[in-house]
Amino acid sequence: MQYLIQLTYRPGEGPQEGTPEFDAEMAVWGALNNELREAGVVLGASGLQIDSATTVRSRDGELTVTDGPYAETKETLFSFYLLEVEDLDAAIAWAAKMPAAEYGSVDIRPMVHFELTS
Amino acid sequence: MTEALERAYRDERAAVLATITRRLDGDLALAEDAVQDAFVAAAVEWDRRGVPDKPGAWLTTTAWRRALDRRRHERVARQHLHRIAEPMTHDFEFELERSSLEDDQLRMLFCCCHPALAPEARMALTLRSVAGLTVPEIARAFLSSETAMERRLVRARRKVSDARIPFAVPPDERLPERLAGVLRVVYLVFTEGHAPARGDSPIRGELCDEAIRLARLLAALMPDEAEPHGLLALLLLTDARRAARLDDRGELVALEDQDRSRWDGARVDEGAAVLERALRLPAPGPYAIQAAIAALHSRAPSWAATDWAQIAGLYALLAGHDPSPVVTVNRAVAVGFAQGPEAGLALLDGLSLETYQPFWAARAELFRRAGDRGRADAAYSQAIALSGNAAERVALERRRRRFGG
Repeated sequence: MQYLIQLTYRPGEGPQEGTPEFDAEMAVWGALNNELREAGVVLGASGLQIDSATTVRSRDGELTVTDGPYAETKETLFSFYLLEVEDLDAAIAWAAKMPAAEYGSVDIRPMVHFELTS
Repeated sequence: MTEALERAYRDERAAVLATITRRLDGDLALAEDAVQDAFVAAAVEWDRRGVPDKPGAWLTTTAWRRALDRRRHERVARQHLHRIAEPMTHDFEFELERSSLEDDQLRMLFCCCHPALAPEARMALTLRSVAGLTVPEIARAFLSSETAMERRLVRARRKVSDARIPFAVPPDERLPERLAGVLRVVYLVFTEGHAPARGDSPIRGELCDEAIRLARLLAALMPDEAEPHGLLALLLLTDARRAARLDDRGELVALEDQDRSRWDGARVDEGAAVLERALRLPAPGPYAIQAAIAALHSRAPSWAATDWAQIAGLYALLAGHDPSPVVTVNRAVAVGFAQGPEAGLALLDGLSLETYQPFWAARAELFRRAGDRGRADAAYSQAIALSGNAAERVALERRRRRFGG
């Protein structure tokens, strides 16, 4: 079963860069990433630029491309993992280890997988 | 035939659904549809060819075939998008073994009470898929329309299937937390029957009965866990008072004023025996403690002759597990009897439970017993204004008239 793990936070929350707390968090992420790799469950992962998103919508054949969604005070998506694990409990167990769960939130979205090529 | 079908629907449906769900690896949405198909098929076939010897086995085999058919159709419909890996076969005959059926019911309980589902969805799904209540029955219990309830159930089942909520009893390291969640759902079903938060009915006996049935199932399936026994004991001991809780006019009677001869002696005895078992197992928790409190009430010949000191001690112990408003308020009431109303009021002082109805009801009683009629009357008014249940409001108004300023 494949899950998209979305990490969101409100900018300004959690340890700030340049502080010992930030370094400590990075060490946790580093160890977790090693653990995920060794478990062989990662299909993909990346951090995301948080203020440079673009939204595409098509309504009645008309395409609109807009800047955003904006971060403002809302929680913003800053990173993701694609995991292949047994079930939701396994995905929850990984999500619970992520530091972002402590100050932001970690959303788990089951993936509907389909072939892009025949 | 109709009678046989109705009996099968009532007695076999939950077991058939649980078996099919396990065979489908937790795809509850598909299992539900397939089981529904099987009952539709039974309505036709049993009429034509007679009721099979083993209706449960017939329904399970039929539901399994329908599930395979539905999967195949889905696969054909989505062939350009999906790849479905597992080969599916028809050659599967169901052995309906008691032990495996019960294990499947336990798996279904953990699945339906998974924390990834919304709390109300957990209760509805448990009542539908484990207790076997019909959608109209559940809609009535939650005072919701049938369409809205059906929608909620469909959405919950889709989530179980799509997010792959495991159809399994959790491993040991997750068991305490998950079991607490399951017990909580059963407890809330009982509470909704014993003291409905909504509507004008003072007691919904059918929900109390279902909760007791679920608690019995849990205790039987987890014989070495203390808390399922604690919960079952609590529900039995509380439910034993059912007949005494309503007067001739259908109004609620407080424990204090109940005719104790109307308590169900057999239920009390059974509850006491289950409690004894719970207390012998390792780590009895909040439910066992609450059951012990209920048992002390059951044993007391009257309200005045109740062992309040021991009850106050048990509430102090309970507060260590669960420092919630309801525990604090009940503890203050017990302390009020054990050590005097001022000691009880002291426990409530400085708490900000302004919108919590039992807080005001407890204060009203304690002020009354302390002889402060003015404050008692004001507190009764607050409690009445905050009550969402008509029968409860009437009972409070009666007490105010009897005791207030």
